Amino acid sequence: MSAAAETPPRAPAADAGPLANPRSLVDFVLRVRTFGIVGILALFVIVTTLIQSNFLSGSNIRFILGDATLYALVAIGETFVVLTRNVDLSVGSVVGLSAYVSANMFQAHHGIAIPVVFLVGIGIGVACGVVTGLITAIGRVPSLVVTLAMLYIIRGFDTIVVGSGQVVANSLPDSFIAIFHDTVLGIPDLAWVTAILVAIAAYYLRSYRSGRDLYAIGSDPDAARLAGIPIARRVFFAFVLSGAIAGLGGVFWATQYNTIDATAANGLELQIIAAVVVGGVAIFGGSGSVVGAALGALLLQTINVALNVLGVPSLWTEAIAGFLLIVAITLDRGIQLRLAAALRRRRQHLGA
Amino acid sequence: MAPDPSSSPSPSPSPSGWRSALAGTPLEGLLRWESALVVALIGVIVLGMSISSEFTSSYNLFTTSTNIGDLAIMALPMTLIIITGEIDLSVASTLALSAELMGDLWIHHWAMPLIIVVCLLMGTVAGAINGFLVTRVGLPSLAVTIGTLTLYRGLANVILGPISVSNFPPGLTSVGVNGFLGISSVSWSVAIFVVLGIATGVMLRMSSLGRSLYAIGLNQEAAFHAGIRVKRIKMSLFVLSGFVCAAVGILYAFELSSAAENIGIGFELQVVTIVLLGGVSIFGGKGTILGVALAAIVYALLRSALLLTSSFNENDFQVVSGGLLILSVLIPNLAAFARRGQDLLGRRRGRGLAAKSPSTTSGPVGDG
Repeated sequence: MSAAAETPPRAPAADAGPLANPRSLVDFVLRVRTFGIVGILALFVIVTTLIQSNFLSGSNIRFILGDATLYALVAIGETFVVLTRNVDLSVGSVVGLSAYVSANMFQAHHGIAIPVVFLVGIGIGVACGVVTGLITAIGRVPSLVVTLAMLYIIRGFDTIVVGSGQVVANSLPDSFIAIFHDTVLGIPDLAWVTAILVAIAAYYLRSYRSGRDLYAIGSDPDAARLAGIPIARRVFFAFVLSGAIAGLGGVFWATQYNTIDATAANGLELQIIAAVVVGGVAIFGGSGSVVGAALGALLLQTINVALNVLGVPSLWTEAIAGFLLIVAITLDRGIQLRLAAALRRRRQHLGA
Repeated sequence: MAPDPSSSPSPSPSPSGWRSALAGTPLEGLLRWESALVVALIGVIVLGMSISSEFTSSYNLFTTSTNIGDLAIMALPMTLIIITGEIDLSVASTLALSAELMGDLWIHHWAMPLIIVVCLLMGTVAGAINGFLVTRVGLPSLAVTIGTLTLYRGLANVILGPISVSNFPPGLTSVGVNGFLGISSVSWSVAIFVVLGIATGVMLRMSSLGRSLYAIGLNQEAAFHAGIRVKRIKMSLFVLSGFVCAAVGILYAFELSSAAENIGIGFELQVVTIVLLGGVSIFGGKGTILGVALAAIVYALLRSALLLTSSFNENDFQVVSGGLLILSVLIPNLAAFARRGQDLLGRRRGRGLAAKSPSTTSGPVGDG
């Protein structure tokens, strides 16, 4: 790690006097990184369509969008957490718990209003997020440890709640199941929800002081502390948000899959983290966008469906997600080293 | 998040206060933790015996020791890796890769000795990939091993598919029914752990290599400048971890007398729990094999005691396991907790008065 030891410990962009030049370079590189995903996505779609012309059939597109929007939704919360140089491994378990409990509401309370069920799902997610956030932000336990433990605690709790039972489709009201199929202007409801939330999250992260704080914390926690950023509060908020969105995702999961047992969304967290990282959110924190994460989710799902169409068994899904995650972090590391070198050269050139 | 080795001096939230205090008097802090474990051990034994007389039966001791032996063996390389400030989350997936590869080769009628060599080789390669990405490419081990956790588990399931192989030679699967050298309550895995544990403990405590692991964990740049070959050592630790996990995968499949999809799933949680419960610091630079061994015994007996109660099953124990993991990091942090709480309050009050700080527009480049 001597290469890393040679790079200056502080983020180069933070203290550069004439900001205009280096910042536009950074912006440019990040934009290329995001459009790179769009490019790969397009390439993948074109190649697959050339081999298997029915790839772009309506049902395949709906299939891709159905899963991808759910993944993209959960990826929003994960992005907030990863930006602060933390990680949330518990999202899969939260989705599973929320999916079961919310769907089971219909059995437990006949004729319950659907918005109430959504609130319950989100509430479960918030509760999980509050616990994780408190232990991480106030207890100062590394998020890796906390969320690895929470992954199994929440899943274990789910198993206790579910017991040997499961929710089956015919216990759910038609109007609930229809949520997954309902469209507004030809676009599924879930896609609207995800798109709106991505837009809000992107605007918040870009333009709000507290949003920028998340980047500062992830870039350099020590500098962020010295700058007076309330790190504990921001990190806590990120975990609560991640929990809330995973809880919402759980309700949508229930509308999509209908039959839910204790293994619902098992291992989802790995797919989500892969999507976030492939989408250009640096696993070191401090860099990336929710739009990128959403595109990452779309790319991952497209690849999965495309391989399925090409006859590759779905057993490969997990291996591919892991492989892409590693490729993405390796690529980002290369970009980052080059960018840091370029910024240093510029600063020397400017005589700073 | 795991300590990020390549970034600025102390990115981990660990307050340097208690850490350096312990570094000054390492024995004091360690003894305290280990004596707490001994107390916990006595408590768990009392609990177990009061729950059921089955607790000390040789059948129960054998199942308990079979179960914990495998995890404890995997905890040894994990301890070394965490002491250097890294982590390996891919251990359970490497185990599965080896076990499922063995199952697949066995149904393709390979000779068993050859299969074992191939599986061990596979584990070594898996560990080398982790080590390469962490030391040569310079990626954080957390991210790398989350990736390889997914990748190796995925490959394992691709190799074997959704089938179960269970016709291994009875001479080998007897490790799952017969005790070590005829001692009915001690499993082979525990016997192996004792031998490897003593070897690892001596290496860690007495050899210069062992001491250098602590040096790397405390400050890897200082260790590098002191002439310790940081990259090479970390690389060997990941390779060792891959090799050991593959070996445990073979042993575990024999014990179960079966290799199937999802074998060993979630073991990474249990292994990390045992290591951290043993007093190894997640921030690196601190921990002993004695502590880890004690933690393994406490963990195994607690599990055994709780499972003997009618109301507890494996899933419930997952919750306990996760709780133990959090507590084993939270408790050392509790000492400084109150002081930190005051700091927080003070800072919040101070912030209300202070002018807005302009430095929130920090650039998007991480410093890793």
